[in-house]
Amino acid sequence: MIITKRLAVGALALLAALAGGVAPAGAADGPAKESPKVELVLDVSGSMRARDVDGQSRMAAAQQAFNEVIDAVPDNVRLGIRTLGANYAGDDKETGCRDSKQLYPVGKVDRTEAKTAVATLRPTGWTPIGYALRGADQDLGTDGGTRRIVLITDGEDSCGMPDPCDVARELAAKGTHLTVDTLGLTQDDKTREQLSCIAEATGGTYTTVRHTKELSGRIKQLVRRADTPVETPKPVKGADACSTAPEVGGGIWTDRATFGEHRWYRVTVKPGQELRASVSVGADRAVDRDYGVLVRAVGESGQELVRGSDAGSGRTDVMASGLRLPVWKAKEDDKEPRTVCLEVSHSFSAPASVKRDPGLPLELAVDVVKAPDNPSDLAAFGLGRGWALLAVLGVTGLLVGLLWGWLARWRFAVWREN
Amino acid sequence: MRRTTRVLTAVALAAAALLGSATGATADDEAPTEAGTAFRTAVAIEQGEKATADASTGDYLYWQFPAGAGQRATVKATVNLPEASARHGAATWQLDVFDGLRRRQACTSGDRTVRASGQDTTVALSCTLRTVRPWSERWANDPLPGAYYIRLTVVDVPDRDLGLPVKAEVEATAEDAGGARAEGGALGAPLHAAAVAEPEDGWNGSWWSGRWGWTVGGAVLCALAAVGGYTLTRHPRRR
Repeated sequence: MIITKRLAVGALALLAALAGGVAPAGAADGPAKESPKVELVLDVSGSMRARDVDGQSRMAAAQQAFNEVIDAVPDNVRLGIRTLGANYAGDDKETGCRDSKQLYPVGKVDRTEAKTAVATLRPTGWTPIGYALRGADQDLGTDGGTRRIVLITDGEDSCGMPDPCDVARELAAKGTHLTVDTLGLTQDDKTREQLSCIAEATGGTYTTVRHTKELSGRIKQLVRRADTPVETPKPVKGADACSTAPEVGGGIWTDRATFGEHRWYRVTVKPGQELRASVSVGADRAVDRDYGVLVRAVGESGQELVRGSDAGSGRTDVMASGLRLPVWKAKEDDKEPRTVCLEVSHSFSAPASVKRDPGLPLELAVDVVKAPDNPSDLAAFGLGRGWALLAVLGVTGLLVGLLWGWLARWRFAVWREN
Repeated sequence: MRRTTRVLTAVALAAAALLGSATGATADDEAPTEAGTAFRTAVAIEQGEKATADASTGDYLYWQFPAGAGQRATVKATVNLPEASARHGAATWQLDVFDGLRRRQACTSGDRTVRASGQDTTVALSCTLRTVRPWSERWANDPLPGAYYIRLTVVDVPDRDLGLPVKAEVEATAEDAGGARAEGGALGAPLHAAAVAEPEDGWNGSWWSGRWGWTVGGAVLCALAAVGGYTLTRHPRRR
């Protein structure tokens, strides 16, 4: 009887455990809240009818690529699709330039549903890229996780205002970690310039597509890239003087620094610790040929402690430098933490036609680690090396031997005399 | 005496050679097939591992690899260019190496900037760094143990060639610089090394170096010379 009871209790416990084990798995069906989000923005304007991608129309190539991409989306990536120029075929610019719709909401992908939605698309209207980018940014929301827009288009913005490149920079400056990758289906100069500019403004990439295989391969790569775990930087707003600078601890921080501006931050370092700081200033727009970046660690009294700098010219994405600052104990029981100010400045400049606001993206990586004491000797374990060492040791040994022998002889002589 | 030193030096050299060859670690897992697009997203590779990446002309490709004290690292990169018919002229490719603090590192040898003509199919770049030191003064930008970033990009290209597909391959190797470069001191922690694997000999290099042979040899020489000198002058019993 007792045994039966025990068995029953055991079975119940087992069931409960199973249920308990199953329930969270069921809840974790959808992607996690922090999972990466990608929105594909597809141009469905009239020009997509052109048949110049491997003999099929640009639209057909894009649809085929989308099907492959939808099949290959990693499980924890939330994918959405937005179209531009898909619905209004008329001549009214006002209406045509507001023609951008979310085709498939950002979330876990239902493969059949998404493919059906894509299959219905027919090349139709205008190319409001700037408007579509704003819409895509809203679709992605702001609930954490990396955010990526992949823009596929075959022509430059046909609406003019807002300028898509300015829109991209403005969205990137909102501090919501947005990257826009662009793919161009034509080799037209103006399209390329505009798409490169959008990509550059957000730290994304630009690709020219000539074959269907390249298109699907590249989109898949970009979706995978969104899925790569990466430390998300925290926003900070540097001050223009050390006394008012915000306190930053270990981690990665982002800020914006416009041309000619100096940004100050404060870090607290205890004696026996080492401050490490790296700074990158991005060139997210057209800049003049020569540029540089300088990061200085300044003590409370205003004295420069150490600096890092770099300069260059030509095509670049960022200019970076860094510094390390070990803080030694002034006396045996020195526990007083020091405040170190970090001053970041850059010497990027731009032609007058280039917009000043928002400033250039600045990334600051701060790390505070335990520092060892000043090493007593820079040779490995104080060991020596080389023929000079052998000569010194050999001659010294010989001289000591001779002296010792002479002493022994002298003592022997003295002893015999006595 | 001399013979002893020679033997000791030979032993030391043999050991160094063994250790040196061992640093080219063989990777069991598959080599990365992607590259990062910024310092923050740099893809970690191991020493001796060939990483590849498909990219577009104009992309900035980032990788990071570990290097410990006493190692002299060499980065090699090969870019397979788009077919010549699609291109519009010559392009200049460049390899930059930065330390874990994103400080630019000098290349002591190698072709870090290479101009490819309109007909070339590949570009080969390389950069050999200075020997990594276990410690340096804070004002110096000497190479220190930790991660090293590789950035590969095209620095000069006809605008019309931007966006064309390329395939890049990078490999970072390191050779042991030997006892002549063995140094003391240590950092509290390697520079930004969270993402990369520690080299086989550790971040501070192997404790062994040819210097042990020289120092022990010197001590033996000193003792023998002392005994020799003593016997030369004393000889009390022969009188």
